[in-house]
Amino acid sequence: MHLVEELLKNSPATPAQKYSAKDFQSDQDVRWCPGCGDYSILAQVQRVMPDLNIPKHNMVFVSGIGCSSRFPYYMESYGFHTIHGRAAAIATGLKIARPDLMVWVATGDGDGLSIGGNHLIHICRRNVDVKILLFNNQIYGLTKGQYSPTSEFGKVTKSSPYGSVDHPFNPLLVALGAEASFVARTLDRDPKNMQMVIKRAAEHKGTAFVEIYQNCNVFNDGAFFKWTEKDSKEESVVFLEDGKPMIFGKEKDKGIRLEGFTPSVVSLTDGKHSASDLIVHNEKDTMLSFILARMSSLPDLPRPVGVVYSVQRPLYEAEMSRQIQLAIQKQGEGNLEKLLNHGETWEIR
Amino acid sequence: MAKTLKHLDDVTIRFAGDSGDGMQLTGMQFTSTTALLGNDLSTLPDYPAEIRAPAGTLFGVSGFQIHFGSTEINTPGDSCDVLVAMNPAALKVNLRSLRDGGIIIANRDGFNDKNLKLAGYAENPLDNGSLEKYQVHIVDITKLTQNTLTDLGLSNKLVDRCKNFFALGIMYWMYTRPMEPTIKWIADKFKKTPELVEANTRVLKAGYAFGETTEIFAARYEVKPAALAPGRYRSITGNEAAAWGMIAASVKSGLDLFLGSYPITPASDILHELSRHKNFRVKTFQAEDEIAGITSAIGAAYGGSLALTTTSGPGLALKGEALGLAVMLELPLVLIDVQRGGPSTGLPTKTEQADLLQAVYGRNSEAPIPVIAACTPADCFTTAYEACRIAIKYMTPVIFLSDGYLANGAEPWMIPSVASLTDIPVTFATNPEGFQPYQRDEATLARPWAIPGTPGLEHRIGGLEKEHITGNVSYDPENHEFMVRTRQAKIDGIANDLPPATVDGDSKGDLLVVGWGGTYGSIRSAVEAKRKEGKSVSHLHLKYVNPFQSNVGEILYNFKQILVPEINLGQLSKMLRAKYLLPIVSQTKVQGLPFKSDEIEKKIDELL
Repeated sequence: MHLVEELLKNSPATPAQKYSAKDFQSDQDVRWCPGCGDYSILAQVQRVMPDLNIPKHNMVFVSGIGCSSRFPYYMESYGFHTIHGRAAAIATGLKIARPDLMVWVATGDGDGLSIGGNHLIHICRRNVDVKILLFNNQIYGLTKGQYSPTSEFGKVTKSSPYGSVDHPFNPLLVALGAEASFVARTLDRDPKNMQMVIKRAAEHKGTAFVEIYQNCNVFNDGAFFKWTEKDSKEESVVFLEDGKPMIFGKEKDKGIRLEGFTPSVVSLTDGKHSASDLIVHNEKDTMLSFILARMSSLPDLPRPVGVVYSVQRPLYEAEMSRQIQLAIQKQGEGNLEKLLNHGETWEIR
Repeated sequence: MAKTLKHLDDVTIRFAGDSGDGMQLTGMQFTSTTALLGNDLSTLPDYPAEIRAPAGTLFGVSGFQIHFGSTEINTPGDSCDVLVAMNPAALKVNLRSLRDGGIIIANRDGFNDKNLKLAGYAENPLDNGSLEKYQVHIVDITKLTQNTLTDLGLSNKLVDRCKNFFALGIMYWMYTRPMEPTIKWIADKFKKTPELVEANTRVLKAGYAFGETTEIFAARYEVKPAALAPGRYRSITGNEAAAWGMIAASVKSGLDLFLGSYPITPASDILHELSRHKNFRVKTFQAEDEIAGITSAIGAAYGGSLALTTTSGPGLALKGEALGLAVMLELPLVLIDVQRGGPSTGLPTKTEQADLLQAVYGRNSEAPIPVIAACTPADCFTTAYEACRIAIKYMTPVIFLSDGYLANGAEPWMIPSVASLTDIPVTFATNPEGFQPYQRDEATLARPWAIPGTPGLEHRIGGLEKEHITGNVSYDPENHEFMVRTRQAKIDGIANDLPPATVDGDSKGDLLVVGWGGTYGSIRSAVEAKRKEGKSVSHLHLKYVNPFQSNVGEILYNFKQILVPEINLGQLSKMLRAKYLLPIVSQTKVQGLPFKSDEIEKKIDELL
């Protein structure tokens, strides 16, 4: 008898009625600093959840340690606040054991890319069906303001009074390098885009990696303002749409063109270029995904926001279940008496 | 020529050669054939950490010792009666374990100039009279193997790989063992390459025939079956037994087994074994590191699996923080630590008992965990099963301490009937009415196991201190103290649920020898020998090292002296002194090898 199957066989697979965002608010007081970008992330996740049509008893939010990792306490679902850096590994074990659950990871740039970097790359390469929201604020907030693995070179913080000499990680490149099957970026101050990206991540079958630019208004205020604030955003961000040319600018007057492997900004109003010269976004194009992710390192280029990459490949836990089913088909359900007595045995009378 | 047949009660043989010579395989074959004959036995594989160390070197020597007999066999043997040495390095490394007057079977062809030099021999020990106190039989094993196979057209390399079967054939003849089980094994093992079936079978038979026809062996020996309890038996290693114990617990509890593990010697065989049994729905996850090994298991436990992680010493250190999380979460989890020589990388393929204090105390803050240890290879089955029972009943991680000697050693095991295994009841929380994640069971102090997917039980848990009953995050000082003491009380309370400890021998006397783990066999043999001499000495073996069984103190106080032999610098001694305030004589050894009974006997003589 398999107890868990037995226990859950009558659990509803869909909600009795459509949830509202409020249904996903837990009874815990939210304790992030007032003005923190995390509030927006929480609100957008709670807004998207009802659309997924998945009962909240089948959702688990797993986190590590850091400001971002308080996230599960505030979600009215199953929640698991674990230890520093290990959320991806715990989520992997949970998802393998229970493929029927929808598993999310809430992590940050320190938790996910520093102490937990190893688990993050391995969950991506295995393609376990877990959704990872990486709140990137480019600082250690909970430990009160040290530089993080995404802080810019030269960053002056409490632990780097002369400027950090660490070269930062580009989270998208880490995920792409680890061959995540879904890679996206969104902004804490763009609820619409974030809802779209979270929904796409939720619907993706496989590891979905989402980098969220998140403002820490206490220790790193304004780190992303160039890309998130009204007056500068449209000139410095290109919103990705699958199958559409990469056009940006307040007046939609600029585009991204590719010369060889190098992207550059061209004007659409100087008569030299038109939309047909621009890169057309293709979420399935592996090479393009790397070029897009690399654009963050080039100061003259806008930063891509939206779904950078999305492809289908086999799920780790599904492959494991398939092997189990195959073994049962071939050898029959395991029989303990048979196992203990197989091979060479002898009788003493 | 007629040869004398002599009867022996017990014999110890050591096969030794290069790590590429197949000595482990040869020893295992001798073991299974011997087991089939009904002898009691115990084995000790002794191999280098390097997979293919340079041929002929001292550090590349691989050995396999088997002690078998018609009497009860508790150890792999203090010293061996026969040493099969395939080259000079094997002779040099192992000669000290051969008793005076013992038999050496040396492969003449292995003693060439190059190998003699590599082993550091200035002259050939087979020729210079230095082995006079032994019975030396020099056999051209390599050449005879080649002669046997000339017509098969095999490469020299393949021919050379068959020579271990020649040595095995000689030993089968010498100790009157049948060849059939090995012939059957060869046929199965090499079924895809019929020429190797032919070659190995031929060489085995040639070795046997050589024993029979050649004049160099004057005698052969017979070891009658042992008086083992009636039943069906098999030979089993500690790691196999541990894996099967986990499968048994999975079947009996109804929980699917999940193993999160990172390969590490000498624990990896548990991962290998469990990964084969997918039809039991066992999920084995080879993690990216030791930490992911345990944390994935914690994730699986949270989801309602019977969760296991396996490791050895350095891995236990890496898992420390996650063990603390499991203590805080109060989720069932079994950790099997197959101890090896340390610290750091230490002696990966050698045995030690020095992780005891790490297992019992080695975490930040107050993080009590039950610790139990296996005493023989087959006992790993029972211990794994018991670890699961405790973990589930008390909602706690449990550490099962094995060691390299138990893990790789083998012994005959009376196969238990599935019906005889105790039940492992599991209750999942289902009722949302008044559900509280940290509402404890009054008797066990265990909290409910509420798994995701259960409607209405949505709740949050984590590593932050929990509020009593609700499980909400709490920084309240009184609550913290209450929870620390409650977690401790839960583990201490397990003592009431354990069978009382029993003494081998009189329950009162001059000396009690107390042991735990893999030293069981050596202590048992030593104490029995001394009792036969009329000494007032008894043996207490502790399976449960945290918490101790309730009657341990009472037993200890009934003896004038207490001796604790351990393969560490006195870790159990420390624990016993701290708890029972008794003067304890600690006998310690840290050579990567088990105790010899003889060493313990000498210590007993010293004290009495």
